[in-house]
Amino acid sequence: MNSLRKYLDNIKPNFEKGGRFEKFRSTFDAFETFLFVPDKVTRSGSHIRDSIDMKRTMTIVIIALIPSLLFGMYNVGFQHSLATGNTSSFWQLFGFGFLKVFPIVVVSYVVGLSIEFIFAQVRGHEVNEGFLVTGMLIPLVMPVDVPLWTVAISTAFAVIIGKEVFGGTGMNILNPALTARAFLFFAYPADMTGDKVWVAGLKAGKNMVDGFSGATPLGNLAQNIHKLPDHMDAFIGFIPGSIGETSKLAILIGAAILLYSGIGSWKIMISTLVGGLVMGLIFNTFAVNDYMRLPFYEHLLYGGFMFGLVFMATDPVTAAQTERGKWIYGFLTGMLAIIIRVFNPAYPEGVMLAILLMNVFAPLIDYFVVESNVKKRMKRYKQAELLKPLSTDTIKEPSHEYSK
Amino acid sequence: MPQHFKIKKGLNINLAGKAEKVIGTTNTSGLYALKPGDFHGLIPKLEVKEGDSVKAGSVLFTDKSQPEICFTSPVSGTIAAVNRGERRVILEVIIRPDNRNEYETFKTGSPLSLSREEVKNLILRSGLWPAIKQRPYNIIADPAVTPKSIFVPVFDSAPLAPDYDFIIQGSESDFQTGIDALSRLTAGRVHVNIHAFTVSPAFKQVRNAQVNTFEGPHPAGNSSIHIQFVDPLSKGEQVWIVYPQDVVALGRLFTKGFYDASKIVALCGSEVENPRYYRIISGASVKSITNGNVKESVHRYISGNPLTGTQVTSESYIGYYDSQISVIPEGNYSEFLGWALPGFEKYSFYRLFWSWINPRKKYELDTNIHGGHRAFVLTGMYEKVFPLPIYPMQLLKSIIAEDVEQMERLGIYEIAEEDFALCEFIDASKTEMQALVRKGLDLMKKEMS
Repeated sequence: MNSLRKYLDNIKPNFEKGGRFEKFRSTFDAFETFLFVPDKVTRSGSHIRDSIDMKRTMTIVIIALIPSLLFGMYNVGFQHSLATGNTSSFWQLFGFGFLKVFPIVVVSYVVGLSIEFIFAQVRGHEVNEGFLVTGMLIPLVMPVDVPLWTVAISTAFAVIIGKEVFGGTGMNILNPALTARAFLFFAYPADMTGDKVWVAGLKAGKNMVDGFSGATPLGNLAQNIHKLPDHMDAFIGFIPGSIGETSKLAILIGAAILLYSGIGSWKIMISTLVGGLVMGLIFNTFAVNDYMRLPFYEHLLYGGFMFGLVFMATDPVTAAQTERGKWIYGFLTGMLAIIIRVFNPAYPEGVMLAILLMNVFAPLIDYFVVESNVKKRMKRYKQAELLKPLSTDTIKEPSHEYSK
Repeated sequence: MPQHFKIKKGLNINLAGKAEKVIGTTNTSGLYALKPGDFHGLIPKLEVKEGDSVKAGSVLFTDKSQPEICFTSPVSGTIAAVNRGERRVILEVIIRPDNRNEYETFKTGSPLSLSREEVKNLILRSGLWPAIKQRPYNIIADPAVTPKSIFVPVFDSAPLAPDYDFIIQGSESDFQTGIDALSRLTAGRVHVNIHAFTVSPAFKQVRNAQVNTFEGPHPAGNSSIHIQFVDPLSKGEQVWIVYPQDVVALGRLFTKGFYDASKIVALCGSEVENPRYYRIISGASVKSITNGNVKESVHRYISGNPLTGTQVTSESYIGYYDSQISVIPEGNYSEFLGWALPGFEKYSFYRLFWSWINPRKKYELDTNIHGGHRAFVLTGMYEKVFPLPIYPMQLLKSIIAEDVEQMERLGIYEIAEEDFALCEFIDASKTEMQALVRKGLDLMKKEMS
């Protein structure tokens, strides 16, 4: 790799201040640091540093997302074959799904990263790695038949309005991937709702088998049609839905990776899960319609609840940042997700709105948690103030009550 | 009441090169130096000029704003040079020793029989006062104030830290006299804070002080932790901190009647051939102990430990407060796809590298930053190595925003730079936290005075 390093060192002066391509400094820097971890050393403070960096962190999240992505690709082919009645081999199904999903991934990354590079360049910053994860999350929460141009627009919206206007990765208030989905949902509802978008090729309406609806289980529930898949299918993921959300098994593999590496907050995952289950139980207790009667644990099997709780609610930037706040944030997210899901007939999926809403409230939760810590401290400070005349210079001789 | 505290949060970084409990032989240091830079915020007023002859204990410079605080020569000899930096800031006052060991003499006597003023004035004049640090702000103690208590941390939990049980051996009675002297200075108690594994009777059975036991990973030895658990600091209050070797020096001052600046330092780190202890005189040159004992390559010399120490060169001098010189490899290399490699050799607090397979391995960490500066992204990580009841990220953000009121509310009086060393170490966004904390403390001090 020495020749590559030498080549980079050779062309580097062109990109530095005063160089010919100074305008592309951030871009060069992004590629250089991608290829080589820089030779920068510490100057003061802690002379040694942990091997972790943002690239490694984000890579681990992407690895955690890969099972969902691969299964999503296969399921796209599988659902299509169900709808059209064609039987094909595993690789044919996967290949069909790959060709459907891969372009969405490419569009998401190309659009998002281009914007990130431009912003980094304008600001004179290094390119942030945050979008590596967002770019993967966006395709996974999209319906497969979403037009590519809307993916591009919603990605651009999410990156610019959802993130860069706040100062970039680490400064945003809303989860960018969910911002993209929410934008698409409200701006182009036809591409995001109804029965036609969840299975590849249904919108075109070709060669459908009789009786195939294409609706997601939650869509069916919302319309009071009882056509729920059996539990195993829903767990493995052979149901219609957003590309990455259907397989609970793949999501759990991702969750295991996030939890083991310590990157995903187990507190948020557990509390969101508990929040959802508790709300489900409450609905079961006071059930007045069929949707409320849905056994509470089945909520985990349908829709994006599991995907949201593992990959979206745990986003460290937009979730609550204090440890106690995380419990509250997760619990409320879980409850809200189920409430919106059950009570909102227009929109059968609640987890997206629940997380976005709680993103907005996360700073408030943190405020109260931090404030309770401050309150204790201020109380102590006040007491010290009251005792002050006793403890300053005026004391002549110290006592020695415990000498010898 | 003696108390026992168990600390759960923290991290022991397993570094290679811990000092063996042997006292090595040193080359005598050709020159000695007192560096005003070791004392944060000090504006020195020079009292000697080049060519002057001085005794051990002669005043070299004083504090411009508090002239009663003296900084004295550790050895007798002549002033070889006064090295200045930018804007004529004094960097080092260099003394060439005459090896006659002449001392300025002071009154002797048991500190318990002296008045508080007498004890204080003797310490001030001898040049040992700067060894007493105060909280808040982590600077030299203000002699005009009576602190509510004094803390003596007699164990160090930092990586490669010296073992005070070993260092104090033979100086037990001086340590006791030093504690006696400190007990005259405070209205409250002197707290001697030992580790659960401490064996030295000098520490365990010390008189005129309260012994508190701590156990747990680093930063269990940090004073902020002791203060927080034993006698938390509030606004308007002051506590003082004195390190064990300085307590011994205080004791010697009262028994011998002169400033004996000898101390023991540990030479450690993965780049040292035979890491061990050395008996030196404060202000000795680094090379007087490293000469011939360091492997050949590019090194980082650190006066102090690798988490909080100051970068020095082999031609430089050992810091006033330091009992440890660490030598570790420089990390000035770039690594092809380093962030993506499995990383069997890469130490990490997180389980992102395969090195977690071997938790007992000792690491030769270098000074590479391993990444670029980013905004705070991961949350809840700093809290895992930060045992104080303070929100570290929120406090850092208030410092960045220079929000003085919020800094006070979030607990800036209760911390020092060293408390954020572990957070800085594990930080994925590579923020220079200790520098940030120092900035916050300075800002706070300016606003409050």
